[in-house]
Amino acid sequence: MNLTTTEPAEVSDTLSGGSQRGDRVFHGLAFAAGASIMVALAGVFIFLAIRGAAGFSAATGLYQPYTSFVPYAAGLLFGTALVAVLAMIIAVPFAVGVALFLTHYAPRPLSTVIAYLIDLLAAVPSVVFGLWGLKALGPALLPIQRWLNEHLGFIPFFAGEVSATGRTVFLAAIVLAIMVLPITTAICREVFGQTPRLHEEAALALGATRWEMIRYAVLPHSRSGIIAGTMLGLGRALGETMAVLLVLNASGPKITWHLLTSDNPATIASNIAQNFQGENIDLQVVLLATGLVLFVFTFLVNFAARWVVIRSERKFQ
Amino acid sequence: MAKSIDVSDLNIYYGDFLAVEGVNMTVKARSVTAFIGPSGCGKSTFLRSLNRMHEVIPGARVEGKVVVDGQSLYDPSVDPVAVRRQIGMVFQRPNPFPTMSIYDNVLAGKRLNAKKVKKSEADALVEKSLRGANLWSEVKDRLDKPGMGLSGGQQQRLCIARAIAVEPEVLLMDEPCSALDPISTSAIEDLIHELKSDYTIVIVTHNMQQAARVSDDTGFFNLKATGEPGHLVEFNPTKKMFTAPDNDATEAYISGRFG
Ligand SMILES: Nc1ncnc2c1ncn2[C@@H]1O[C@H](COP(=O)(O)OP(=O)(O)O)[C@@H](O)[C@H]1O
Ligand SMILES: [Mg+2]
Repeated sequence: MNLTTTEPAEVSDTLSGGSQRGDRVFHGLAFAAGASIMVALAGVFIFLAIRGAAGFSAATGLYQPYTSFVPYAAGLLFGTALVAVLAMIIAVPFAVGVALFLTHYAPRPLSTVIAYLIDLLAAVPSVVFGLWGLKALGPALLPIQRWLNEHLGFIPFFAGEVSATGRTVFLAAIVLAIMVLPITTAICREVFGQTPRLHEEAALALGATRWEMIRYAVLPHSRSGIIAGTMLGLGRALGETMAVLLVLNASGPKITWHLLTSDNPATIASNIAQNFQGENIDLQVVLLATGLVLFVFTFLVNFAARWVVIRSERKFQ
Repeated sequence: MAKSIDVSDLNIYYGDFLAVEGVNMTVKARSVTAFIGPSGCGKSTFLRSLNRMHEVIPGARVEGKVVVDGQSLYDPSVDPVAVRRQIGMVFQRPNPFPTMSIYDNVLAGKRLNAKKVKKSEADALVEKSLRGANLWSEVKDRLDKPGMGLSGGQQQRLCIARAIAVEPEVLLMDEPCSALDPISTSAIEDLIHELKSDYTIVIVTHNMQQAARVSDDTGFFNLKATGEPGHLVEFNPTKKMFTAPDNDATEAYISGRFG
């Protein structure tokens, strides 16, 4: 989506004529790259729309446990958004804290090492996260899930009967939070590090402690960056398939706020992965239609994010 | 409220690099002291060592003594944050907080110090500080607008208002007019004259007429040679500096023969 127009970079050797040709070639390449992204996006959309169109009004039996497309897709969308939003609620404070530590507290060598380790986290395949969540983190978190249910069970989120396997929305959200941490942290780290020295010193010279300086200079400067990092993470969490499939014991589309039970809402992506292998061609069409819903939803989330970023930037210009 | 500053044998480093060497001077309370000298000789560095802003640069450190009314600033028991609350600073480039309104900019330091400020008190303080910085009449109808919307000279006076709102004992200014037009510059020079009755002011300036106009004492900094650390060549009442300086190098610099 990034259509970049390039400025003429070299003016000095216009006499040779070569650089102008180079400019034109580069301009053409940049334009082609930008255009091909648009084409790919449009291609995906058209594919989903054409192949999935019939899925909006298929035989009622395909929309188990509902009977039509809208509640079916709504249930899946609910599960998708619930898991992803919970993941971001967990991940964002962590990412902001870690990024602040790396840019403003840790000594340089330590911060380089930690930043590298966090970036490595992004290289772990999601199926590995899924297996780890299933086999290691899930059992480890069981006591915590029981404790939450016992002591905070009066809050609807923690009510109901605790899952014996621990494969709950709660676990899925935590695994997703760990998976989106690298991207959100990386973006926060980038913008925190770009806080103008001028404003940091303005705060320090007034007698701000380090934390006060962060509140006065770093966070206001970084607000739109934090939003951008959150939205990129959210985008990843919304579409994550393999890890959710492994970690979440989903029982199809449904709307429930209980995070700790064994009766969990499926997400669009995990629902597709789970059911697409079957023989039922008609069901595949319905799943393609839900894919279209996810595609459009992710798109809208990104547009909303951009709008928020632009608005908060304009406010103070 | 205003305090004097005694500096003895001060060496200032960036890592292993000795930037300023062996400074001794006494800055009088309720007076304006100006530092002049060619660029790169360590005026800013020295100024920032007077409120412990120097050490916010990684690796930067100081040897020697700076005593403000009997209290040694670099004593291990002294909290640099507390020092900066008492010794305010105005920078070369105006730096109001970009996301804050004019009103909130003025109160920024006060809110650090006192946490909760009552609305009536806050209003009074904002007015007093902005009047003190000769900015009140220009901004009183748009206090809730962003500070960044002001002109450069107004922004600099806003920064002065922000600095004096916490009622510091000393006000340090690092070339506060170098980014400003002549009219804004003269507004700030007038302001310095008025502030002198309440504050001890130390100002770095690259403009010798300005030093002559605003200051009571002047210090001339220079490099011994290129690559050598900067040092204080001469420190005397401004009148004497500009008519009959003790040091030949001072005279040469002031009369424009080098630097
Ligand atoms: N952040 C810094 N890190 C390392 N050296 C610095 C830094 N700031 C200034 N210096 C060096 O210290 C010396 C004095 O600089 P400065 O105090 O800015 O001079 P002036 O304000 O008189 O122009 C110069 O040699 C400069 O290169
Ligand atoms: Mg300087």
